[in-house]
Amino acid sequence: MTLDKILTSLFPDGHDVKNDGGVLLGSGTLRSGARALVIGVADRTALGVDEAIRLSGTVLGSIRNGSGPILVIVDSDSQRMSKRDELLGLNEFLAHLAKSLIHADIQGRPTIGLLYGHSAAGAFLASALATRVLVGLPGADPAVMDLPSMSKVTKLPIEVLEEKAKSTPVFAPGLQNLVQLGAVHVTWDDKVSLADQLEKLLGNMGDARDRRDALGKERGGRMKAADIAERVRELAMQTR
Amino acid sequence: MSVTDLEKPSVEQARATSFYEASARARIRLLLDPASFVEFIGPEQREVSPHLKLFDLPEQFDDGIIVGRGSLAGSPVFIAAQEGRFMGGAFGEVHGAKLTGLLRAAKELKSIPVLILFDTGGVRLQEANAGELAIAEIMRAVIEARTAGVKVIGLIGGRSGCYGGGGLIAGCCSALAVSEQGRIAVSGPEVIETNRGVEEFDSRDRALVWRTMGGKHRRLIGGAELFADDTVQAFREAALELLETTAGFGIDTLNAEQSRLEDRLQRFGACRDAVEIWAAEGVADAASVPALPADQFIELADKVRRIARDAR
Repeated sequence: MTLDKILTSLFPDGHDVKNDGGVLLGSGTLRSGARALVIGVADRTALGVDEAIRLSGTVLGSIRNGSGPILVIVDSDSQRMSKRDELLGLNEFLAHLAKSLIHADIQGRPTIGLLYGHSAAGAFLASALATRVLVGLPGADPAVMDLPSMSKVTKLPIEVLEEKAKSTPVFAPGLQNLVQLGAVHVTWDDKVSLADQLEKLLGNMGDARDRRDALGKERGGRMKAADIAERVRELAMQTR
Repeated sequence: MSVTDLEKPSVEQARATSFYEASARARIRLLLDPASFVEFIGPEQREVSPHLKLFDLPEQFDDGIIVGRGSLAGSPVFIAAQEGRFMGGAFGEVHGAKLTGLLRAAKELKSIPVLILFDTGGVRLQEANAGELAIAEIMRAVIEARTAGVKVIGLIGGRSGCYGGGGLIAGCCSALAVSEQGRIAVSGPEVIETNRGVEEFDSRDRALVWRTMGGKHRRLIGGAELFADDTVQAFREAALELLETTAGFGIDTLNAEQSRLEDRLQRFGACRDAVEIWAAEGVADAASVPALPADQFIELADKVRRIARDAR
């Protein structure tokens, strides 16, 4: 689905989202008449210090002056891999964006990620994975690491990796694998109005809690994470 | 005094050990008050990664991270330490979940701080999706704990540095102490070189790696609150100081961080090398910074940049 089609289908009553060099900023009118803040990354743009600071600034401005949910729409590359970005402390800029989104969510501005294209590594962590609920659209193609790079690191041929990927969702790229792991909560149907699907989701957000490990267990993609975290939590709670 | 007492090194002597060279277990044992550490899900439980078998890779009984509780100068703390010598300290499903559980307990108890001894290359590729998601969950758990009033302190000085998603978690902490060896970055030198070419970043140029990602640079631009010498004792003192001086977390913190980072971009955005940044920051003989011993560097850094304790 193209970005224009997504925005039109999400906000039939209008939006003012602008794509400025791959940085998405604006807002849209929800079915309820309320406004939602929209930020994001488009055109498979890499997320570097210059992009991240604009996105975090917009989220913080909206916490000061706005209300309603925050949508994070993503088709990005990985983090920008450059000497300049690392020199300037890219880890802080990406963490700051994630912190701003998580803080907004905890403070009553529910965050929804909408993954419609690619995303990877640090860019994925700072944007889509920093929301409470992540939605996948058909055609979404997330990859923590692509198979050719993984082949280089693991020194295994791509054919072998492809074969292994059939038996486990735990390492290979793709939307369905991330659904199974609990990273992507729900996938939407592009033949149905996205505004309707968004309205339904907003009515069913639950509390601001991270349930991704429990989802991963329910779906059989991550059998250990939820149990290990819970066991450590219980042991630690005995500390007084 | 018995013969064994004479042979046994004093706590002070033991704490003079290099933090960089020590194992994760030794770091915890020496950093905390003697014999105060209690591990949660220790190696005897053999909670190994369920995914390494698929790649015929050896497992480790603690999956490369140790979590538990102990005391620091008499006060209770939670502590986690990554073992950089196992899979580069990388985050996998079990490894990450142990830290998530610890942070969730800290959030509920509200009063016990968390020390994280980072030593990581980032996501463990053999379980990349689970590792990436574990990092996302840890970031969320750090922010929820901080929102509940918990201080989360990161200590960075291990052989694997603090790369990839580890760098993002570090950026979520209340405060950081870093040694010269403790590199902090998102993309590692080899990753940048592989993707962008040797002209962009020559990963074999070790001096370039240190001055772009190393502890001195991070301290000078405000990416870490404290610079520590490479001993367990120095990191212990840094942890105590940060626990004492670190402010809470809320919208004011985030607004202050936004200004702090905007200011950095404006002042240094056009610099091509760390030495240019240090000179612009007011270091008189910027080229000499990499060679400065820790005590002299700390003195210099304290003179040129006071670090905001309420902007992370």
